[in-house]
Amino acid sequence: MKIRYSRIVEFFGFMSLRVCMVVVGMILVVIFYDIITKGIGIVSWEFLTQPPADGMTKGGIFPAIVGTFFVTIITALLSVPLGMGCAIYLNEYARDNGLTRFIRMSIRNLSGVPSIVYGLFGVSLFVEMLHFGTSILAAGCTLGLMTLPLTITASEEALKTVPRSYREGALALGATKWQSIWSNVLPYAVPGMLTGTILGLSRAAGETAPILFTGAAFFLPDIPNSILSQFMALPYHLYIMSTQHHNITLVRPIAYGTALVLVVMIFAMNLAAVILRYHLRKKGISHGH
Amino acid sequence: MPSLDCKKLLSGKFISRRNKEKLIESFFLINGVIVIVILAGIFILLVKNALPAFKEVNFAHFFTAPIWNPDAYEQPTYGILPMLASSLMVTLGSLVVAVPLGVGTAAYLSDVASPRVREIAKPAVEVLAGIPSVVVGFLGIVLLGPVLARLTGTYGGLTALNGSVLLAVMALPTIISLSEDALSAVPRSYEEASLALGASRWQTVIKVKIPAAASGILAACMLGMGRAIGETMTVLMATGNSAEFPRGFLGSVKTMTSTIAIELGEVAYYTTHFHMLFAVGLLLFLITFVINLVSDIVFHKHTQVQG
Repeated sequence: MKIRYSRIVEFFGFMSLRVCMVVVGMILVVIFYDIITKGIGIVSWEFLTQPPADGMTKGGIFPAIVGTFFVTIITALLSVPLGMGCAIYLNEYARDNGLTRFIRMSIRNLSGVPSIVYGLFGVSLFVEMLHFGTSILAAGCTLGLMTLPLTITASEEALKTVPRSYREGALALGATKWQSIWSNVLPYAVPGMLTGTILGLSRAAGETAPILFTGAAFFLPDIPNSILSQFMALPYHLYIMSTQHHNITLVRPIAYGTALVLVVMIFAMNLAAVILRYHLRKKGISHGH
Repeated sequence: MPSLDCKKLLSGKFISRRNKEKLIESFFLINGVIVIVILAGIFILLVKNALPAFKEVNFAHFFTAPIWNPDAYEQPTYGILPMLASSLMVTLGSLVVAVPLGVGTAAYLSDVASPRVREIAKPAVEVLAGIPSVVVGFLGIVLLGPVLARLTGTYGGLTALNGSVLLAVMALPTIISLSEDALSAVPRSYEEASLALGASRWQTVIKVKIPAAASGILAACMLGMGRAIGETMTVLMATGNSAEFPRGFLGSVKTMTSTIAIELGEVAYYTTHFHMLFAVGLLLFLITFVINLVSDIVFHKHTQVQG
């Protein structure tokens, strides 16, 4: 009798774990199903290549796509070199001392700083103190600092996968530390670094809170002509279209279309990262042997 | 690959080569230290911009006044309590949903799922993590809101409950993947010992594996909590943003993050109100900082136990 009871507990126990997994899966399915089925109807060539028209009730989202693209480039220019440099320091040079632990603690804490706080920081540093104004540059720099912890962590993971023997081989042949890193570590680590970086950038491209006050604009019919001009961005456009527009129900299809384009863009970036990693790794191995 | 030879050594080039190496190392050192500078910079700029607010507003007033009304006609009040209570409420609400669901999913992935299921499920969790918060907030308005409105009889469904559910969605990937890491790190010998003593698989999961991974799971939940309390767009879009003191999960709330997001766009720069918003940001920064620090300590205890 006792055995049977514990079997019943076991059955329902494991069943409840399965239910948890199914619920999480359902959340994902519902999100994608809703956005795709309701967004696909509005997305057309015109939607992707035209600016908004008639008080943003018609037309497309072209300036928002371009704006997000420009900002992401600035983000990359700041976050990629800094992140890779920091990762190289941590993995190749740093000794296990107080400074290193302090740097690691700072990285973990930076990754936990709320995005809106990065927004405040961006306003006071880039917009006001450095006089970038509300611009692509200010927003890109803010997002660049925000993605830095991700870039560092991903780059360090990539460096860790390179075997110790590669470094030792170069050092044994009389190469200096930097020469061994440059010729025997980086070529194998760069694919992984790039993958992680692209994932970080895709996160930045979907962020709204940090760009609210650092440069995103409600409506600009033209494409920005300088990095010091304001810009439209896809996530911000979605926010506007779903909460701030004067006729929210009328523009709901445009909001769905924007959400779909944003999600597709982010997953295209992720997919590109995975494909890139696959190809570069294949090349790396044939080069290595 | 250049080789080390005596000529170079004698001609003094070896020294310059060493200097060059030193220079390169210092360059990367600076790169590493920049991270500390950024964290310190965020803190300093928040303090610098928050302090002027307290020239006009009493510090005690900030923490005890039960009303946040910067636009009051006679005497503006800057009490943080309503939004602090709102933030804590939606965050705790989200944890009630996300912790059991997240830990349950993690236990499923580490102890029940076949390798094939795991291969599909793990990237799926990452996909969930990649969905922008503004998209989740949008779905809170168009999808969850109407459902909750029908179920609870509130107009539009933009309530603390809605925000909590969305925050749970945002916190889930963190909780799942870190808890799963903690569960997978439990040595196999624990599990084998438990099974050898005649415990069932379920007893092993509940009484051996989860307790052994407890501090890792706790750290994961705390990081999820940090993520939830700092989330802006989802709560901004889905909770209705009523500035009153929160009444309950079926009422509308305005969190600390939403307050900053809404009011920084309307406020004149370098007024008391502007500086007050930085004070709110500073408090938010400190809360998440403490949460991260504590989860860090908990996690290190966890790895020590493992070792």
